Amino acid sequence: MDFDYAALGLKAGIEIHQQLDTAEKLFCHCPTVLRDVEEHNGEFFRYLRATVSEMGEIDRAAREEMMVMRPFSYYAYDTTCLVENDEEPPAPLNPEALELSLTIAKMMGMTPVEQVHVMRKLVIDGSNTSGFQRTGLVALNGTLPTGERIESICLEEEAAQRIKDQLFSLDRLGIPLAEITTAPDMHTPEAVKSVAAYIGMLLRSTMQVKRGIGTIRQDVNVSIAEGARVEIKGVQELRLIDEVVRREVQRQVNLVAIKDKLLARNASVDEGSHDVTALFKETGSSILKRAKAIHAVCLRGFDGLVGCEIQPGRRLGSEMSDYARKCGVGGLFHTDELPAYGVTEDEVAALREAVGAGPNDCVVLVADTKKKVICAIGQIRRRAEMAFLGVPEETRKMLEEGSSAYMRPLPGAARMYPETDVLPVTVTNAYYDALVLPELLTDKAGRYVQETGLDASLARQMVYSRRCGLFEEAVGRGVKSALAAHTLLGTLKELSRDGADIAAVPGEALIDLLVRVETGTVAKEAIPPVIRALSKGVDLGVAISAVAPSVSREEVRAIICAAIAEREEFVREQGMRAVGPLMGVVMKELRGRADGKVISELLKEEVGKVV
Amino acid sequence: MMESGTQVTCRYAGTDFDATYITDRDGMAVIKLNNGYNIGVDPACLTVVAPAEAVKGVGMVVKQDTSLPQLSIISTGGTIASRVDYRTGAVTSQFTADDIMRAIPGLADIAQFRSDVLATILSENMTPAIWQTLATSICDEIKNGAEGVMVTHGTDTLAYSAAVISFMLDTPVPVVFVGSQRSADRPSSDNVMNGLASAAAATSDLGEVAVVMHSSTNDDTCAIHRATRVRKMHTSRRDAFRSIGMAPVGSVAYPSLDVTLSKDAVRRRPDTEPVLSARLEEKVGLVTFYPGMNPDVIHAFEGYRGLVVSGTGLGHTSALVIEALRSLTDAGTVVVMTSQCLNGRVCDRVYDTGRDLLAAGVLEGENMLPEVAYVKLMWVLGQTNDTEEAARLMATPLRGEFGRCSDNGF
Repeated sequence: MDFDYAALGLKAGIEIHQQLDTAEKLFCHCPTVLRDVEEHNGEFFRYLRATVSEMGEIDRAAREEMMVMRPFSYYAYDTTCLVENDEEPPAPLNPEALELSLTIAKMMGMTPVEQVHVMRKLVIDGSNTSGFQRTGLVALNGTLPTGERIESICLEEEAAQRIKDQLFSLDRLGIPLAEITTAPDMHTPEAVKSVAAYIGMLLRSTMQVKRGIGTIRQDVNVSIAEGARVEIKGVQELRLIDEVVRREVQRQVNLVAIKDKLLARNASVDEGSHDVTALFKETGSSILKRAKAIHAVCLRGFDGLVGCEIQPGRRLGSEMSDYARKCGVGGLFHTDELPAYGVTEDEVAALREAVGAGPNDCVVLVADTKKKVICAIGQIRRRAEMAFLGVPEETRKMLEEGSSAYMRPLPGAARMYPETDVLPVTVTNAYYDALVLPELLTDKAGRYVQETGLDASLARQMVYSRRCGLFEEAVGRGVKSALAAHTLLGTLKELSRDGADIAAVPGEALIDLLVRVETGTVAKEAIPPVIRALSKGVDLGVAISAVAPSVSREEVRAIICAAIAEREEFVREQGMRAVGPLMGVVMKELRGRADGKVISELLKEEVGKVV
Repeated sequence: MMESGTQVTCRYAGTDFDATYITDRDGMAVIKLNNGYNIGVDPACLTVVAPAEAVKGVGMVVKQDTSLPQLSIISTGGTIASRVDYRTGAVTSQFTADDIMRAIPGLADIAQFRSDVLATILSENMTPAIWQTLATSICDEIKNGAEGVMVTHGTDTLAYSAAVISFMLDTPVPVVFVGSQRSADRPSSDNVMNGLASAAAATSDLGEVAVVMHSSTNDDTCAIHRATRVRKMHTSRRDAFRSIGMAPVGSVAYPSLDVTLSKDAVRRRPDTEPVLSARLEEKVGLVTFYPGMNPDVIHAFEGYRGLVVSGTGLGHTSALVIEALRSLTDAGTVVVMTSQCLNGRVCDRVYDTGRDLLAAGVLEGENMLPEVAYVKLMWVLGQTNDTEEAARLMATPLRGEFGRCSDNGF
């Protein structure tokens, strides 16, 4: 699957949502920590309803989410408060989060908004207790070094985490998010990936963003000239982002091809639907047999197209199924995939006859309660009608490996209004000018190579590591860069793999240890066992004397002399060649309590005396 | 200043943005960009493109089912319903029956509604004069066939209003005060559930003034509180309203809207006319005693016909304040003692301080809430000029404002 993206007119843009690592949440003073759901100490439930706008309209995205009215449940913690519960007005906009988002803006050469106004953006999928997400536009118009434009940065509150179905966890709600939106300036899947990677690097350079899966999420906007703008939400892994774009292009190309076929076949969607419940009274399909109602709709001229694959694992039928699920049904059957699932050829024939379907037609059926089935058939007809237009504008969610499923229509711009409980914040030029920009990680890696002679690939690993600060401190105190980098990257990783609790090792102790190794008071070989002791909470001094009590030069010399005495004949025979084998013997004896260099030096001296 | 809704372009950050002008604030122009965000900019960067478009009327027609019970909604300013103009971001409060029924569609299934917009005030600006208009208006609605009355009210002083109306109006049908704690524009607002539950309570067998609000943070039940025993006990939570010293007189389940009334609830009395006694004495005060209180605070009430004191513990004040209270009672002011504990009964016969207060002519307010004692005293002094008679009425439970016995468990 590869396309001539220029010929197709691919336009792609991304929205990056990055959690900020601030001390407090965006609109309350709770910490920004995630919790284990087992730790929740409260639970409550609510209904959400879209409110009517001035025009008497409810936003189309909101209307669809409301199709099934059900209560949402929420878990509360001892680290969440009444603001998350939507039981208290918000605190003022967190100044730390504003400063960080403006720093990011300045890194991309953006213009700050003179006065930031916090808005309420309608979201009634339950992920916000209030039914809206608070968000403010903080800066406009920036550019990346590769020329792509950044349209805006918004500072918004993170949504609650969905645990299961209608149950949400409030620990994540309110963590500050920077939302960075690029212009649709990317024209290949690879360009999307490299822009996402660059912005990710830029964000990490602040050293104040959250890390780990789910802390950065990309939404991708994709369109081809004959298609339509589609937003794919929730790409959590950078490695998949180009694949998501490729597959969306494939989907749009195939939907356009289906459109052309439908028009050529003079296809149509039947107005009415048929109650075919009786046909399946004795069926071998347990789903159909169980159902209270089964309705079918005939799609004229659709034969073979509903089952047509439009991207890996997805068919036009999957799209219809996504629309139908909004009514609470589990899915649908269509004749392109029947007979199967216990439905016999005879039943298919009877079904075709009941709805008056010809050989070019496809019949879609849904089984559930009557109310849900009527709703679902309406949705299927709606999606079938859209097939005549090619690609519908949609918000979609990413599936594993980069395909996507329908979520909701693209929201109208209409669903925002002011958050009147938060006062606007003025951003003065003096404030913006005074913001200090962090060094880009790529620049920092270059500097490590230049200034400390660190290997380029180690330097890259080092700047992306959480222990980058420790590295700088250690090098600042005279530790050689390679020793510091190998210890902080390699040794710690190996120990962690062997089960040591590396997070419990105090950074200060690590640096002290490296300084002692560098100055020769602790042997390099003692680093792993000492760190292992540190991870168990042992004090550095105690750890060193327990694992590797320092041995004086004279003690080392005594051990060497004893070793030579035991093997005097061998030494006389071999002469200076005996140094190698003896080195192994002495090292084993000292088990890392003395530096190899010192042992080697003394060994040569003593062997020299004998021969 | 240009009109809200004017289409403008804004030259900013090197780009011309299309936008809608909203308002001026702190010397800045607030504009709405096409992506929906508002930002504040220097007014000098704006150029007018087109005048504001006229707002279209709301299309939806509300149908009333004439087979359903007749209810009245009287609005005083509480925002039980609102509408958002996403074009300008303006949120407007809705007060007419049509608007409220549009905002809370389920109402049309419960009853048919008449409405009266009596005031559009923030409830902290409530006055005795509006209480009198309100009582008269409710009475008229009942006389005109309303089988129940809903009063929408800001929550700050809702409990005061509900209590005073229950003294002013002897009602044979439910008079239900309702508000919302979380703004009506938000999808999570308590307005819909409170609105539907209050309508259900207003069609129920209840026959007294009540307050219907969320009983917990969940959207599952509204409590029906007796108007003279309810208090706002939280600044912001949905379940801020609590019955003090007794259980609520009923509940409304959601979403079933099934109404359950306790045996204490006063029942509807068909074929009984409402009785209105709307006179109130405005020269009545309410003061909280605190350690170190200067007696001048009490002297400031000289010339008042009544004063309710919210005392400490069983109903106490300092010796200095007792002297000041004595000078008030000597001059004919009716002084009633309540407790800032809110829960429990005043008893000025346990300690010397209490006995001194009684000797100074202070009346024990039993287990009346301070605010309820205040509005009751306004009403009592509106009914009689006789201090003895006023004292007798204050000591008599008229609308369940206190019990002869304190309930177990409170």
